[in-house]
Amino acid sequence: MTSRKTVLVLGGSSDIGRAAARAFAKAGYDVVLAGRDVAALEPDAADLRARYDIDVSLARFDVLDTASFDAFAGSLSALPDVVISIVGLLGVQQNAESDLAHATAIMRSNYEGPSLILGLFAEKFLARGSGTLVGVSSVAGDRGRASNYVYGSAKAGFSAFLSGLRARSSRGGVHVVTVKPGFVRTRMTEGMKLIGPLTVEASVVGDAILQAVERKTDVVYVSGKWRLVMLIIKTLPEAVFKKLKF
Amino acid sequence: MTLVSGWGRFPVVDSEVLRPRSFAAVGEAVSAGSIARGNGRAYGDAAIGALRTVTMTGFDRVRSFDPASGRIRLEAGVLLSDLIDTFGPRGFLPFVVPGTRFVSIGGAIAADVHGKNHHCEGGFGRYVDSILLRTGQGETIEASREQNSDAFFATIGGMGLTGIILEATLRLRQVETGWIRERVISASDLDAAMRALEMSDSATYSVAWIDCAARGRDLGRSLIYLGEQAARDELPAGAAAFPVGKDPGLGVPVDLPSMTLNRFSIRAFNELYYRMGARRAGGGRVVSLYPYFFPLDSLKDWNRIYGKRGFLQHQCVVPETGARDVLGDLLDRVARRGDASFLAVLKRLGQGDGILSFPLPGYTLALDFPLRGDILNFLDEIDRLVVAAGGRLYLAKDARQSRATFAAGYPALSRFNAIRKSLDPAGNIRSKLSQRLFDEV
Repeated sequence: MTSRKTVLVLGGSSDIGRAAARAFAKAGYDVVLAGRDVAALEPDAADLRARYDIDVSLARFDVLDTASFDAFAGSLSALPDVVISIVGLLGVQQNAESDLAHATAIMRSNYEGPSLILGLFAEKFLARGSGTLVGVSSVAGDRGRASNYVYGSAKAGFSAFLSGLRARSSRGGVHVVTVKPGFVRTRMTEGMKLIGPLTVEASVVGDAILQAVERKTDVVYVSGKWRLVMLIIKTLPEAVFKKLKF
Repeated sequence: MTLVSGWGRFPVVDSEVLRPRSFAAVGEAVSAGSIARGNGRAYGDAAIGALRTVTMTGFDRVRSFDPASGRIRLEAGVLLSDLIDTFGPRGFLPFVVPGTRFVSIGGAIAADVHGKNHHCEGGFGRYVDSILLRTGQGETIEASREQNSDAFFATIGGMGLTGIILEATLRLRQVETGWIRERVISASDLDAAMRALEMSDSATYSVAWIDCAARGRDLGRSLIYLGEQAARDELPAGAAAFPVGKDPGLGVPVDLPSMTLNRFSIRAFNELYYRMGARRAGGGRVVSLYPYFFPLDSLKDWNRIYGKRGFLQHQCVVPETGARDVLGDLLDRVARRGDASFLAVLKRLGQGDGILSFPLPGYTLALDFPLRGDILNFLDEIDRLVVAAGGRLYLAKDARQSRATFAAGYPALSRFNAIRKSLDPAGNIRSKLSQRLFDEV
């Protein structure tokens, strides 16, 4: 038995998931990496063990398989101290406009699944009286834009869920962090045109998540510039906003 | 296609850039005219594919580490900065580090980079136990001193031309601290500088910074920095055993006008630097490994100081015998021009480890020049002196030497090419550098 804290990373094979796992491992946490393809997580588990001499275990988790969530949470050897949800699906907006199955997958992957699993852990954390939940949402959820509103609306729902969960849980000793990364250089954004000064490396997001957990921050815009950008976008009058194509 | 260049930002050429995320994808990415690229710190055209550039920085995992032996297995895209930050606090550091920590393991092997300890401890390749290599004909082989040894010695210093380095096993140095006990010696001219370097052969780390604006009697005046790994009981009271390496915060946000570095600003900088250093001479002090080994890393994007036309680094090595004369001649010509910048570095090297490794027993001199005027002609002139002295140029820095200069400096080329051919009969692995210097046209 170890007296170290444990973090569960849902979406452990994503670039931000790997970065978050490294940041927590470096700070001395044991790590549970969860994802759809457990075998694909093995190299990252070996990396964390070799670097930081900590315990790493793997768990199978599919964000669309909500029926399995109860069993998943029950299968963990111990209730973690921190749960981070990084799962999500950017999808292709144009396809989602006509392909209902694709739109559904985006909505479920970014809103339904992440909200349900964090809600489930919130119950367990509240019963214990401690724990931190982290949801990686998106600046895209701050206002629905023409170019990505299917994804954005799901992230908006997730942000609203986290906000409510935080308000409810704070009196029970459980903290909820909402992370809005902005542009991150990852596999998900590869090939996209990113605006250099607004783009960060995944490692920056990983470090920001650790810091937010340690400092009990509520909402994190990884780059302060995004807070300003989104403030402007949010305050544009709808009459102007609807003419914008971005 | 994407415009790609090295750290010197010359040349800038079109190349298709791929970022594979699995070894299978690396295999698919390699086709005619491909070369691997790490963190892009080679100065010239070494890490630009003839047609395709395969970026390996996505492979950043540690596979295993054995604290008992200090052996570590890594993917080729792990940066030395990452290795130092992660394993330094556990008491392990690379035996050899170059002047920047922002290089990948694959790049460090391919260039067989050297550090301030080459004269006594050899280059990066000496601490590589084995390499997982994806050859140009599509085989994945493990190469070591015992197994596939031809491929091993051709890959160390082979500028990526034997194939794509996927993983490597290194030996790390066990250290008590991340601090260096530094001693500064001031030398009033080139003779004094060379004598000081020779006499400090037993120092683990040694390097001379030359004021290349000084002329006449002062020609070659230098500050010599010696260093040893500091033990725990040598640290200042209250210092942590391992210092924190700060990310470079301060940077050069835009390309400075190419006017910024002129003979006056360079001369003033050098004068000031020499005087400040000379004042510290004699006494010892303990410094963090970061400023000691990587003084320029604290200034992010320092290459932008040279403006958007870029710059050239000329790094040669000349054999011990006759070194004094050729270096004196070379420094005199440079001082007369007055446009070489603050990065003139003189160091003693030992025997190289790879077939195409740069080091040979003698002295290496590195100079930076802004890319303007007749600099290319001037460097050709300098190259003739280097070749006549039996010397050669460092491929990781080179963007412009001629085929003749290269052939004269690297007599082992035919052996290297034979091994390369056996690993890659179709000649798939090619860089802009190999095309420029030695591929059959």
